This record gives sequence, C-alpha cells and structure tokens, in this order.
Amino acid sequence: MAEILRFATAGSVDDGKSTLIGRLLYDTKTIFQDQMEAVERASEAMGSDGPNLALLTDGLRAEREQGITIDVAYRYFHTPKRKFIIADTPGHIQYTRNMVTGASTADLAIVLLDARNGVVEQSKRHAFLASLLRIPHLVLAVNKMDLVDYSEEQFNKVAGEFREFATRLDIADLTFIPVSALMGDNVVDRSEKMDWYDGPTLLTHLEQVHIASDRNMIDVRFPVQYVLRPQSEEYHDFRGYAGTVAGGVMKPGDDVMVLGSGFSSKIATIETLDGPVAEAYAPMAVTITLEDDIDISRGDMLCRPNNQPDVTQDIDAMVCWMTSESKLEPRMKLAIKHTTRAARVMVKDIQYRLDINSLHRDEESEVLEMNEIGRVVLRCTQPLFIDEYRRNRTTGSFILIDENTNNTVGAGMILGVAD
Amino acid sequence: MSYELSHLRELEAEAIHIFREVAAEFERPALMFSGGKDSIVMLRLAQKAFHPCKLPFPVMHVDTGHNFPEVIEFRDRRIAEVGARLVIGSVQERIDAGSLKDEPGPNPSRNRLQTPVLLETIEENEFDALFGGARRDEEKARAKERVYSFRDDFGQWDPKNQRPELWSLYNGRIRRGEHIRVFPISNWTELDIWQYIQEEEVEIPAIYYAHQREVVERDGMLIAVGPFMSVTEGERPFTDMVRYRTIGCMTITGAVESDADTIEKVIAEVAGTRLTERGATRADDRVSEAAMEDRKKEGYF
Repeated sequence: MAEILRFATAGSVDDGKSTLIGRLLYDTKTIFQDQMEAVERASEAMGSDGPNLALLTDGLRAEREQGITIDVAYRYFHTPKRKFIIADTPGHIQYTRNMVTGASTADLAIVLLDARNGVVEQSKRHAFLASLLRIPHLVLAVNKMDLVDYSEEQFNKVAGEFREFATRLDIADLTFIPVSALMGDNVVDRSEKMDWYDGPTLLTHLEQVHIASDRNMIDVRFPVQYVLRPQSEEYHDFRGYAGTVAGGVMKPGDDVMVLGSGFSSKIATIETLDGPVAEAYAPMAVTITLEDDIDISRGDMLCRPNNQPDVTQDIDAMVCWMTSESKLEPRMKLAIKHTTRAARVMVKDIQYRLDINSLHRDEESEVLEMNEIGRVVLRCTQPLFIDEYRRNRTTGSFILIDENTNNTVGAGMILGVAD
Repeated sequence: MSYELSHLRELEAEAIHIFREVAAEFERPALMFSGGKDSIVMLRLAQKAFHPCKLPFPVMHVDTGHNFPEVIEFRDRRIAEVGARLVIGSVQERIDAGSLKDEPGPNPSRNRLQTPVLLETIEENEFDALFGGARRDEEKARAKERVYSFRDDFGQWDPKNQRPELWSLYNGRIRRGEHIRVFPISNWTELDIWQYIQEEEVEIPAIYYAHQREVVERDGMLIAVGPFMSVTEGERPFTDMVRYRTIGCMTITGAVESDADTIEKVIAEVAGTRLTERGATRADDRVSEAAMEDRKKEGYF
C-alpha cells in the first residue's frame, strides 16, 4: 500500500534547490520527454549552457522572462513505495509567506546547505520556519559535495555547526545527507565517491521515513462540515454529520460530546458511499450518525467527553502576516477561519515580534508587517474549539482574512488560551 | 490495525473535504462535466461527498458542438443515472445565433470560443463556484494554481496575485459577480486517475480504450476522420488501432497508437509513457510556450 509523503523544499537560486528537484524528477524518470524538450528549447533561447533544470519548476511567463520564481509550485512523482508531493517554495521574494504556505501541509522539509559555506543565515531561517510550522521531519541536504572533494571532514563540520544551532529549535527528527545534486551523488543513486557515508540516499530516506505516527490518533476531534438530511423514502430519518476527522480514532458505540451545545450521545454508525466502516481516523472524510437527535450544525465539533479541546474566545498564537497592503495592529478587526468555523476577531495585543534570523524577541514592536511573525493575542466574537498547534495541526491552526479585500492576510498557530 | 491510508484514499478524502466545504459556504455552485475521465472521477467523488443525499448542485457542460458523439451519449446517460440537473452552454447555438464566429479556414478549433460561452453560462445561472477537474501535473501554469482559484468579474485569473492557501483552510469569500473555480483533484496525477478508475470500477467512454478508427496524420498527431473535420489536400486517411488519453474537440484531440484495450493495459501504458497527456494529444496547448497561462488569464479553466 503506497502512502503519500508531502514535503517542502526551501532554498534560493544559488543553493541548488531547483537542480535537486530536477535531479529527483529526472532520476526517478518522472520528467516527460516533451517537458524536457520544452526545457531544452527554452534554455537555448535564454542562452544557457545545457538544459536549465530550474525551468521545470518555473511555470509562468513572468518567471521565465525575469528568471524569478513567483509562487509555491507543486510537483509530483512516485516510486513503487510512495507517492510524493513537493511544495517547492522560492527563496528570495516573499520568502516567509511562501514557505509558511508550503510547509503548512508538509510531513517533511528539505533544507539545503552549501558544503563550502556551511550554515548561513538563510539555512537557519529555513530550519526555524520548519520547526515553527511543526514539520515533523527535517532533512539537511549538504549539497555541492563535489566542490569539496567529497570530504567527510567538511560534511561533519557543516553537520556539527547545524546541530549546535538546532538545539535552540524544537525539531523531532533531524537527518543529514551529503549530496551533489548536480552530479547525482546520493540523491537517487548511491554515490561511489563517498564510501565513508553509510546512511540512506535522499530518495531512500524519503521512501522510508516513518510518518504514520505523526498524525494525532489520541484526541478525537471531528469538526462538523456539512449536515446531510436526504429526506428521501429510503433514508427517511437519516441525519448525518459530514466532516474530516482531525484527530483520534472514532468507532460506533463511542461516547461523544457535541461542542458548543455540550450535549452527549453515542456514535451510531460511520457512513460512506461504499457502506459503513468500523472506524475512522485522520484524514478520513466520513459521515457520522448519532444515537440521539441533537441539533448540530456546521462549525460544531464532536469530541470525547473525557478529552475535549479548549473552548475559548481568547487566543494566544504565533501569527505570520502575509500582505503588504496593511499591517497587523492592535484593535484591528479581521475575519477568522478555524476548522469549519467562521467568526471575527479583534487584535488585543502584539506581545512580541520574532526576528527569524536571530530568534530574538522584539517586545517593543507595535505592528507586524508583511513576512513578519509575532506572538499575538486575539479576542473572538464566538468561542472556538482549539488545541495547541504542536498537538494538532488542524485544530491548532487558523487563517485571518481582511474583510475589505477578502484576501487571506494571516496564518496562525495556536499556543493556547490567552489569560 | 495500522492507521494508514493508501495514496488513493488520502487523495479521495482531500477531494471530498473540498466538495463539502464549497457546498457549505457557497450559494450556487456547479460541477463542470465533459464526459472525460477526470470529470467522471469528479462526479464519483461528489457522490461520495454527499451520500446518501443527491448532489446539492447542478452539473454544467460547455458543449463546443465538436464533441465525440460517444462522449455526449455517455454524458447524458451518466447524468441521468446520478439524477443531477444538466446545464449546457452551447457554442453551436451562439454560432447559429450569430454572436460567435468560427475561426476562418478549414478545420477551425473552437477552443477559444469555449471561454465566452463558459463565462456567459456562469453569469446567466449566477454560479458563484465552479468545480473543475484540472490537475497540477497537467501543465506548468496549473502547477501554481490554488485549489480555490479566484476569478474577477471577467472570469480572469491573476497568477501573481493569488491568495495564500494553508493547511486545509480555504478562503471562499467573494464579492457579488466574482466567482471561484475549485479544483478538488489538484494533487492527482494522470496515473492516480487511472488507478482510481480501476479500483472503483468506474465506467468511462469506450474511446479511452484501444479501438480501430479512421484517422489522418496532422501536425504530428492522429486526428479522427469524422463529421466536423474535412480531410485537406495531401492528407491520406488510414485505419489504425488507437485510443484517446484526453478528450476534447474531435478536431484538435489526437489519438495515440495503442493496443491497450483493458484498464490494466492502459495503466501499464500510462506508467511507462514518456510524454505528458497534453503534450502528446492536444494541439490547443502546443500553440505557444505559455498557451495555457494565457487562456486561463482570459477566463478559461
């Protein structure tokens, strides 16, 4: 049974990220002949020597003309073991906004280090964002090993530097792999020039890294998305609550509590078009029926009576601001979307702005500007059913929307209930 | 018991989530349905999202008038089985009424004529969300398009000004007159579609399987000889064993030589192919390097 691994790649023009992705796609035979021919034609027109693999990911006209990458691009490849979804995030402009977007759904992040330069400010920034977004697995690809004579000593030096920095971050799983994306060493095929390295190649690691236990299988959380009432002859009294399981394992017969009403009931059945199922877990999309007739609507949440999320209007969160049209300021009012619930919030306080290079907390800052991250207190017009983001990425995340432009302007990761 | 979902079940769950989210937050959604394999999978996923209810929205087709008759027959039968309402935007009707003109010359493509008809049909019906079966692996511009693709009053897509899309939190706020295109199978590849068709035993039009057909070779593609195309001088019709990888207008959709007459053989062929489906079989996407991007900016899917 093939699973999906979603991973984000972070980096800028010079560190070989596009070459690495190109190498993964090329060596797994994912790139089609007509795509490769289009890249060769475009490379020739731009006057570059040989095919520029970066053109495989730069899709839009403006990007090709200006040689920049505008936005997150998604790429796909598969091996017999797994299907892979790459969120490819550009490095130079709107970096934080793009990486936060790409990282929000990732199981794993690849951060590239240049073997010659070691850990630079940008690699620290990438690693910090990966840890902030709670990507469970981080791979440090120490690239351009061909330019340091495939030296074990240099690899260990770079890895050591990064390890020292990483002690300040909260990263569960850290893996270092020496590669040359350009020459293909240790990307898909094992390098013949680094017999001192006995770990997996990058692709082998991507195929093997254990992700099934990253999902929360303990805290039952089921945000009700849509109520199904067919009112047909065959399903006369049917009342089903459709949604995607956000945590825990749900089974018929389980006691459940409905938030916000606080009523209790038991799960009667878990329905799908293919028939009832014995259990449901994240990220399955199912329909729950209960033994009792209770008034439930979109935005409500099913949980277990003895394991409930916090119910609160006061939220303490890390917020990334994503627009240049406005700044996040105290007393500002915004729309919020959290699970299936939509409401409004007011910004009560900006506790500090975080410098993502130094991790220094600037408590003097009054506002958050585009691409800045800070700790923010929000007051919501109605109670939300929240968990800490580090415990549940679905019930712990939200987006903020500008009510005038309708743009998504903020991304939030919940720390807990604000005092 | 291992709590792992196969890649197809995870993709399915993601799509169902998106269908339900749109049905909950929009007033007048509609599902684009052409009778092609991607839209057939979409219809199946929509049924899964709302079972045991009927689809809470109509199905819409922009009919160029140059479709394969087998596909139109399939479309009508399948929609009747599902019990959905079908809204048709007809290019032919607009041409007959004089409000649209075919491009000059023999064998005109009606690809560009679809866009105004699509936009008119959206306006007439006041649709505020349209489900489409586009996938990000199809084409470079699509690789950067959001699941919720925001369109202004003119149906235009602005690639440089897309809303960030995080987690599974979709921002569906629009003003009157604006709408969104929604792509629930964004993360599926061509192979995923075929594997799903196999696993779910979904019926598809027979022209996806290898069959004998009279064709001519045109611009390096095999184009079917049929009611809407004229054989031009120097072209020599011949009968070949072919199948279709994509289905569009008869006049611009190329067949591929194939003896894959079962789903197993098709999957083996797709897994081993070295050409993208659009590159291999669609004249409309080969016009320029940025053909798809330009059409999307005008309001195309």
